Parts: sequence; C-alpha cells; structure tokens
Amino acid sequence: MAKPKRVRVMPAKRNLELIMLLFTFGVYAFALAQVQLATIQVLNPEAWFFWSVPVVLALGFHFLLRLKASDADPLLLPIGFFLNSLGIVMIYRLDLAKPMADLDRTVGQRQVIWMAVAMLIAGAILWGIKNHLSLRKYIYISMAVGALLLVLPLLPVIGKTVSGAHLWVNLGPLSFQPGELAKIALTIFFAGYLTSRRESLAVVGRKVLGIRIPPARELGPIAFIWLASLAVLVLQRDLGTSLLYFGLFLVLIYVATARAFYVFVGLIMFVSGAVIASKFMSYVGGRLDGWLDPLNDANYSAVGGSYQIVQSMFGLAHGGLFGTGLGGGLPQIVPLANSDFIVSAIGEELGLVGIFAVLAMYLLLVARALRVANAHSDDFSKLLAVGLGFVIALQVFIVIGGVFRVVPLTGLTTPLLAAGGSSLVANWIIIALLLRLSDTLPKAGTVN
Amino acid sequence: MTPEIRRVANVILLMFLSLFIAASAMQVVNADSLNNDSRNQRAVFDGYKTQRGAILVDNNPIAESNSSNDAYHFLRKYTGEQYSAITGFYSLYQGRTGLENYLDNSLRGDNSAQFFEQLNALFSGNPVTGASVELSIDEKVQQVAWDALGNNKGAVIAMDPTTGRIIALVSKPGFDANLLSTHNTADASANYKKLLTRKDAPLINRAIGGDLYAPGSVFKLVVASAAFESGKYTPQSTLPNPRKYTLPGTKTTITNSGESNCGGAPKVSIATALKLSCNIPFAQLGIALGQDAIAAQAKKFGFGETVTIPMKSTPSVYPTGMDDSQTGLSSFGQFDVRVSPLQMVMVASAIANDGIQMQPYLVDQIFTSNLTLLQQTKPTEIRRSISTSTAESVKKMMIAAVASGVSSNARIPGVEVAGKTGTAENGVGEPYTLWFTGFAPAKNPKVAIAVVVENGGGFGQSGRGNSVAAPIAKKVMQAVLGK
Repeated sequence: MAKPKRVRVMPAKRNLELIMLLFTFGVYAFALAQVQLATIQVLNPEAWFFWSVPVVLALGFHFLLRLKASDADPLLLPIGFFLNSLGIVMIYRLDLAKPMADLDRTVGQRQVIWMAVAMLIAGAILWGIKNHLSLRKYIYISMAVGALLLVLPLLPVIGKTVSGAHLWVNLGPLSFQPGELAKIALTIFFAGYLTSRRESLAVVGRKVLGIRIPPARELGPIAFIWLASLAVLVLQRDLGTSLLYFGLFLVLIYVATARAFYVFVGLIMFVSGAVIASKFMSYVGGRLDGWLDPLNDANYSAVGGSYQIVQSMFGLAHGGLFGTGLGGGLPQIVPLANSDFIVSAIGEELGLVGIFAVLAMYLLLVARALRVANAHSDDFSKLLAVGLGFVIALQVFIVIGGVFRVVPLTGLTTPLLAAGGSSLVANWIIIALLLRLSDTLPKAGTVN
Repeated sequence: MTPEIRRVANVILLMFLSLFIAASAMQVVNADSLNNDSRNQRAVFDGYKTQRGAILVDNNPIAESNSSNDAYHFLRKYTGEQYSAITGFYSLYQGRTGLENYLDNSLRGDNSAQFFEQLNALFSGNPVTGASVELSIDEKVQQVAWDALGNNKGAVIAMDPTTGRIIALVSKPGFDANLLSTHNTADASANYKKLLTRKDAPLINRAIGGDLYAPGSVFKLVVASAAFESGKYTPQSTLPNPRKYTLPGTKTTITNSGESNCGGAPKVSIATALKLSCNIPFAQLGIALGQDAIAAQAKKFGFGETVTIPMKSTPSVYPTGMDDSQTGLSSFGQFDVRVSPLQMVMVASAIANDGIQMQPYLVDQIFTSNLTLLQQTKPTEIRRSISTSTAESVKKMMIAAVASGVSSNARIPGVEVAGKTGTAENGVGEPYTLWFTGFAPAKNPKVAIAVVVENGGGFGQSGRGNSVAAPIAKKVMQAVLGK
C-alpha cells in the first residue's frame, strides 16, 4: 500500500512541547531556589549551573526534534526533563544537607554532567537513526551486545560488587551499570526475534489437560531465556535485574503470540527457579525477612537487615500527605537516599502528592509508549514500543515497589531520577527511540 | 496484537495502582505509628527545629529554649530543682516527662489551635514557634513548700479548693533537668542512669503518684463522709470505746495510736474519735458501714481514677474483697489502701468546697509567641462528692482536730484551720509515712493542702503526722494567706 505523501505542516506538536518544556523549566528554577533557601538560606549562583545546563540541553534537543522528528510525541521530552530535573533537585538538596558522615558533596554536579552526556547520546541516536526499522538488521548483534553487557560485571578486575550484587563495572574512575544498557539491546533483540518467529511460536500444538502446548522445539528459546535470567539471579545476585529481563521477555512473547500459556509457564518457571535459588543463597532469606517484617527488632539490627527500609519508612511517614517541603525534611538519614532511595527522599519532602505526581509522570510516559505501539502497523515497531514502555513500567514497579514494600528491595535504579550515569544514558536512549517510533507513525495525511 | 497490548496496559495499570495504594498506606494510614516509633530520630530532630515554647511561673520561665550553636539550634534550660516535678525533662535520647511531655504539642507549636500558623508555615517555610504556657503555680508558695520539706523525701500539693487551681506542687528530692537536656548525649545518658538508679528515686513524681502511700488516719475523712452520707450516722453518733479491740474472725488486737484511751469514756462520738484520731472506733464504724459503702464514697472522691492535670496521676486504691478484719484495718487507712497526695488534696478540697470536687489544673493559659491567647483554663466541676451537710459536719470535726485535737501543729494565729493528720504504718520496723491534709480559712477556704513525708521524717517510728507534716502544711498555708 502506497503511503500518502508526507506534508510538512506547522509543527503543532513541537510548539506544544515547547510550552510544556517552558513550564518544566520554571518548576525546576523554583525548586532549585527553594532547595537553596531552605538548606543554606541564601541564593547561590551555583543554581545557574544546575539550571542552565539542562535547560540549554533540553532546548537543543527540542530544536533537534523540530529538524529531525517534527511529528514525534510532544509529551516524551517534557516528561523526561521533568523527572530528570526533579532527580537533580533532590540529589543537589542531599548534597547540601548537613552531612551525617563524610559524604560526597558533588553528586548533583556529576548528575548534571551525566544528563548532558545522556541527552547528547540520545540526540545522536535520534540524528543517526532515521527509521527504527533499520534496527531490525542488528538484532543478533543486539543479542550479543546485551549478553556481553550482562557478563561484564562478572569479569575479574573490572567487576565491582555493591551491597552484595554484582551489577557494576569499573572503567577507570567511572563505574558503570551495564545492565541498564543491556535492557535496550535485549528489547531490540526480543522484538526482532519474536517478529520473525511469532508464526511458529503461535502454532497450536497438542492439547494436554485442556491446555494447548506448543511444539517442544519452540520451547527452546523460552527455556534459554529462563536459564539466562536465573544465571543473572545466581551470578549477579540481584532479583530485580533478573525479573526485569524475564518479565520483559514474557510480555513481548505474549504480545507477539497472543498465547497466555507462555506467561503462565514462564511465571511458574521463574518463581520456582527463584525459590530454589533462594534456598542456596543466604542473602535472599535476609532480604525476604526484612521485606516481610522490617520493624521487627531482630531484622532491624541485623547486618544487611531492614535498617535502611525502616529509615525510609520513617521518612515517608514524616512527609505524610504534603511533605515537609524541599529542604525541610531529613532524607539524608536514609542510606543511599540519592540513588536507590531517591523516591523516599521525594516522598518525605514533597509528600504523598509528590509521589503521586512522579508515578503519574511514569504512567504517562508508559502510556505514550503503548499508544505508539498501538498506532504502528508493523509487528517489529509494535513490539519495540511495547518493550521499551514495559521495561520502564516494570523497573518503576520493582524499584518504587521496593521502597513501598510491595516487592522486596532490589538493586535496580529509579529511571531518570536516581543518581547514576548509566541509568540516565539508558533511559534517555529509550526516550530517543520512543520519539523516533512516534515520529514514524503511519499518517493519514494530516497531523492529528 | 492490539488486544494483547491492551491487556499489557491493564497489567501496568494494576502495577501502578498497587504503588499508589502502598504509598498511601505508608505515608498516610500508617504514618502515626511510624512517627511514634522510638527508633525514629526524625521526631527528635523535628522537636529542635522550632523554638520550643517556655513554661512560665508568674511570668518567669522555669523552662525555656535558648539558641545553641549546634545542629539542634536550641537548648532547653531549667531554673531549679523545685520545679522538676512539674516541668519534667526534655531530652534528646531519654525522651520527655512531666509537662514537657503532656504539653509537647503546644510547646512545639503542633497544637490544633495553631492551625492558621501552621498553614502559614506550610507556605512561607518559616517554622511555627512553640506556644508558651503560664502555670497556676505561685512562685513564692512553691519556694516555701520546697524549703519547708527540708531534707525530707515527700511531696506537697496545694490548691484552691473552689477552682482546682494548683498553687504549689513539690516532690522531693527533685533533680536538675539541665543534666538531661544537654546535647552531649554521653553526659545525658550517664546522668540519666545515675538519676534512675539513685535510691531516693528523684525521677518519681511523689505528688501525683508513681508510688502511692498508705494514708493512715487521713483516710478517716473518707470513712466519716461515708458514714454521714449513709444517713445512719451523725457526728454525735457514738461507738464503743474499748482500750483494745480484737478484729473480728482473728486474734489480732489493735489499739489507738500511742495506746491512748480516746477520751476514756465507754462510748465515744465520731466527732471526738476524729478529733483525737482514734483507730478503734473507726475500725468498728468501717465494719458496720461495710466495705461497699466506703468503696462507693472513695470512688466519689476520685479513687480509682486517673486525674489529668495535665500530667496523669496514678489512681488511688481502695481494696476490694476484704473480710471484716481487713475492712476494719482499712478504715483507719492501713491494710492495702494506697493514695497519692493529689488524691488527698482533692478529698480535702471537696470537703472545703461544700462537697463539690473541682478538676485540679496546673495550666492557666497557653499563648503563642506573639501573645495570642490559645487556651485559658476555666474551673470545672468533676462531681459532687458529698452533700453540703456532710461537708459541713466533716469540716467542723477537722476544725476541732486542729483547734483542740491531735492535729494541733497546723494552727495559724488568727486563722481557722481545718485539718487531719495521719501516721501510716508500713510494716514491722519500717518508718512511718506522715501526713497532713486540710484547708484554710475553714469558713472561706483559699487553700487546700496535702503533705506527705516518707521515712518518718527521719524519726523512724517516732515521727508523727502532727510533728512533721502539719508544720510544713502550716508554713505553706501561711504563705498562701499572707500570714
């Protein structure tokens, strides 16, 4: 079918985007001022650095979109900027807090630099990839890259262990969490692989106990991914990462084949695998106790026990409905408040309403991704958009759910909020890919 | 693929819904219990973020927060040990007691009456300054009471019987609350340990409970009231007056205090028995009335209740399920009857105030840092404890007890004083607990008082309520009346 000729019209979506960006710039400026006034009681020119660098970058990104993807979704960039800048505000605020110990006071500045790096990489990707369909050519390279990234932290010398989990690599002075980038490579691989194999995977096989079982040879890939996920769990010692990849795969195979069978079998396999693995790994048991009964004194005072989550709970309760206001709380009491527990810091100072706002932003981001998936007509685009959206949703669920005790704590990062370069780079790449996906939607000749 | 994507969207929605619910549960529903967890440092830091209000006596601070050059911004300072039973202490890691505890919300500015200030603080970012508290205590009387107790362990509580305003409240030994409010946590915790393990227990507020005392003869006021309220007795009703009395069902004999003959007549009136504080007639009277009638009267005086002044008192106890011999013993305040000085001053006050018992209170006013009045205490009745005629009868007997009876050391020249002493035994060889309770002037009462002195006032078993407690009460009442 011949596509209708594309007509460049007034980029209404870009104008909308610009207006929303200007709002977020204003909110960001107020938040920075509030942080300085509440913690050091004066406005400090340092705020200009924190404000201007991200704002210039976002404007640059915006004009890049006008040039290279003028039909892209107008919400994605403002949402990404909002969450990223809120994260910087919170990290900067924690830098300014009266130190409880000898803490690194430059995390906020480095987060700004990382945001710049991340947005430049995302911009380059947007510039370089004219159409995401070209990614289909690289699905097996993606698989190899993804696998390599997953293995990196386990290698000697460069591998680094943080609180029991092997998720990090050292590259000179920088440390990096390659699993963050792996999730993108694996999403591309899953989407491409499932696009080409969906027919055979969806083939109806024999019926056993009323359930249709696909032919045995088609179970190979799912078994392989299952084993790989368990390997991640056992070797990297992190349930969250393992669950993220496996959950992503299950959702994509379900969307590709419409077979709920895969989800059931997959979940049963994963849960039983995780339970068996936990029997052999002592740290899992401690994490579970700390999750189920954190206020218990024994768990609270145990090494690696529930001290951290309990401190976070105290902070969140302290914040209550409206929060203490930026700079008014004591989020620095919670260990790792600027990374793993940044949501707890936000909840303490901006209250439940702040948490709801953040969750709503994530939900909107994911909803835009699913909307793009729905609007595309080809399988690869659909799967890629669902995968990118779901990987954010699942990661948010696992991390924030960990803070609010819906699930046990894991080592994943909070997308766009938490301090850390790899996470920012990965999530801005996801936003770039979603922007590209939304720009290449089939058009009916007009801008809707 | 579209229906599958929609189902995935529903799953994502459910995942987020669980986050919304879990966040609401933690930040709102369970917030109070988390905020009150003793391991939660935030409440401690929070308390130091605002300037805590002062506790004032006659406009002079007895506890106030001054700027300190450390992370806590403010240091709590106390003026003297004579107020420790009132203020309690406010400490970083030992928590808080006394008014510091019971008025914490007001003092730190978290009172619902300060709603608009809090609203203002929410938008301006300036913390609410704590409210200050003006007490009903009279500085001079408090000092006199503190000095009059001397080196004794014990308590004095004086109040206006017609309003319930507490004029003096002293518990000895006191403690220096500055030792606990210091921000040096090592010092504070060492000081706390020292105070906690001291044999004379300075952290106990003897005036309102913590420990209760056997009342001895001051309890006869309750028994006499019960007798007159029953309608079967008047002050002139007589009872047998033997020198020795064998408690029913036992071989235990009791005597009057000092083996006195209680006037020597074969029969003695209740009025004379109270004036001379004879145990034998009151044991018989109590047995005849029965423990239920006495228990009912005790309850009407407030036994068994916690009184909030706003510190909470320990409820006084009249035992249940006694046999006749135990009822007999309890009728002159022995066996397991246990009272606080606050309870006894409430009994005396009800008698003084024509039978009406007023709610005792320590706080006159609470006002904000810009002197806006938040709360003004108005006197409130608790209940009618006894009829006007009973109050009149008991009052007359108490006047006689001071004027011509065994409570003579409370006499004040030119003032008619009503009173009753008590000398309670605490077991074989143990020193006595010495009491005085009463009021003055008898016809137009301005002050009701209860004094308790532990350990026989240093005289072991030769200490008497009249020799030790009554003179203390006299000095305090004189200070109130300006005589």
